Amino acid sequence: MSLKQDPNIPDPDGFYQELLAAHDGLSKAESDALNARLILTLANHIGDCEVLRDALKAVK
Amino acid sequence: MVATRYETAFKLYPYEAVERSGVVRHPVVIVGGGPVGLALALDLGQRGTPALVLDDHDGAGLGSKAICFAKRTLDIATRLGAGAPMVEKGVVWNVGKVFHGAGKLFEFNLLPETGHRNPAFINLQQPYFEKYLVDAIRKAQDQGAPIEIRGRNRVTSMTRHDGYVTLNVETPDGPYTLEADWLIACDGARSVTRDMMGLSFDGRVFEDNFLIADVKMKADFPTERWFWFEPPFEGAGQSALLHKQPDDIWRIDFQLGWDIDRERELDPARIRTRVDAMLSSQTGTIPKYELEWTSIYTFQCRRMETFRHGNVFFAGDSAHQVSPFGARGANSGVQDAENLAWKLDLVLKGRAGDELLDSYATEREYAADENILNSSRATDFMTPKSEVSQIFRNAVLDMAARAPFARPLVNSGRLSVPCTYDDFPLFGEDALIGPHASRPGASCPDAPVGDGFLLDHLTGGFTLLALGDTTPKAFSVEGVVVRTVHLAEVSKDLAARYLGDADRAIYLIRPDQHVVARWPEFDADAVKAALSRAIGKGAA
Ligand SMILES: Cc1cc2nc3c(=O)[nH]c(=O)nc-3n(C[C@H](O)[C@H](O)[C@H](O)COP(=O)(O)OP(=O)(O)OC[C@H]3O[C@@H](n4cnc5c(N)ncnc54)[C@H](O)[C@@H]3O)c2cc1C
Repeated sequence: MSLKQDPNIPDPDGFYQELLAAHDGLSKAESDALNARLILTLANHIGDCEVLRDALKAVK
Repeated sequence: MVATRYETAFKLYPYEAVERSGVVRHPVVIVGGGPVGLALALDLGQRGTPALVLDDHDGAGLGSKAICFAKRTLDIATRLGAGAPMVEKGVVWNVGKVFHGAGKLFEFNLLPETGHRNPAFINLQQPYFEKYLVDAIRKAQDQGAPIEIRGRNRVTSMTRHDGYVTLNVETPDGPYTLEADWLIACDGARSVTRDMMGLSFDGRVFEDNFLIADVKMKADFPTERWFWFEPPFEGAGQSALLHKQPDDIWRIDFQLGWDIDRERELDPARIRTRVDAMLSSQTGTIPKYELEWTSIYTFQCRRMETFRHGNVFFAGDSAHQVSPFGARGANSGVQDAENLAWKLDLVLKGRAGDELLDSYATEREYAADENILNSSRATDFMTPKSEVSQIFRNAVLDMAARAPFARPLVNSGRLSVPCTYDDFPLFGEDALIGPHASRPGASCPDAPVGDGFLLDHLTGGFTLLALGDTTPKAFSVEGVVVRTVHLAEVSKDLAARYLGDADRAIYLIRPDQHVVARWPEFDADAVKAALSRAIGKGAA
């Protein structure tokens, strides 16, 4: 499997809103921590080192 | 005079006056009688190759050093006849608890794989480890093994000549000179040999101080490993560790950080305050204990660029140093010794060429890199080096209590396992579709065989292991004899570890119990070619 770069989220606006809502009322430090937890959780879900490596490369 | 640099726990090789008429040439001289030098001398001596060990003390140093000895080390010690007393004396633990602040993140039970002679690891004070090696050396000497240990013999200078070295050695009776065809520097992290040769030892210093306290406590306290990130006790530092050793001793580590006042931190009253807080944190009461030994260490990860310089070899801490998380120092050093012993023995006996010895350096440099990588990763997790690494580290810890997936990311040291020499030149083909764990380059996993274990059969020289219904033939290549071990009856564990879906297999195994190559059937030409390659002669 390779990293998906084409649109893959069925409801982009809805997802984006939920992502921001998750940070509502958080301090910068709390938000940073939440982002870190989110990245780790998603990375575990993906679980494919090649995809993860591609993603790291793609966002660099 | 030979100054004493440290106190000894056991006097193991008291000074004896040396015969001084003329300069004697020795085939192999080992500088340093720590775990590595002793294991090397024993291995060589049991193969019939003479080994002279020079150590500037007369026994094992006192104080807090290695306590965790891993299975591969115990397997090597068992092959050398020193394993049983280590396991008998050592403490085996399986339950670990990881805390973050005042809360427990999770608990694990190692539930080690069954069907191995030795446990995954034991806790045992390093002086005992050294003592049992010396006991085995004494036994081997009684049976004629050409090993000699000279206590209070300090190497003070060396001169290299074409094909040999001259050493000046200081003793309580004054200096003398000797010569060595081969010199093995097992003289520890501050290697005098390395310095005398002007060789560098580069790497990373971790800006951290660890306070280590060994405490004696008769109280009934669980045999578990407890590790804290950000311990809640006053002045305990970034992390703390508690685990058990034999003789009612507990090892306690506090990670104090870089800018500390050493003098103040070593004040027994201050240490006791921390230890009290730690010991009472789970039970609410402070058990009675005594401070046995306290010291402060800083750690580094570094290695020499190459472990071979002509007829001078470096092994153990003289060649590489790691931070202790994952217990890779002595454990990897003992593997250096076993890698070098059989090669040097074959070359000295004229059965293999000098190029075989180059493989000691390439294989063990690779192993050192793997160990340094693992212990650097543990150190980076325990001491985040940047704001963002701190954020991720704490995110892992925050989630570990409720999300099982985060637990494998928690790193307080990964236990030492032997490296696999994947794709190294001395290893041959993998013609069997067999289990990954026993592929060429790997060290042989143990398995039950009859009333005993597989590794008991893989001693001495090269072994041809034939499993199941197959008919191997005895053979040798240029004087290197291969012993055949045919096991027609294959236990379930043995099959799982060596056959996979196959019903028979042929393995060629090195004297250090690493797999050279494997096949579904015996093919004399293929096995001979693999053996030639394994002794550095290329494919015949
Ligand atoms: C706090 C701490 C905890 C550790 N925990 C672990 C652990 O749990 N597991 C693990 O595997 N490792 C651990 N280690 C590492 C381990 O102690 C070392 O890797 C190990 O001692 C290295 O063995 P060595 O034989 O190479 O060197 P050393 O043990 O240093 O032995 C070198 C010997 O050479 C002698 N010598 C030096 N110079 C001369 C000279 N000029 N002439 C003659 N003799 C000389 C010395 O006296 C000494 O006897 C720990 C280390 C520390 C400090």
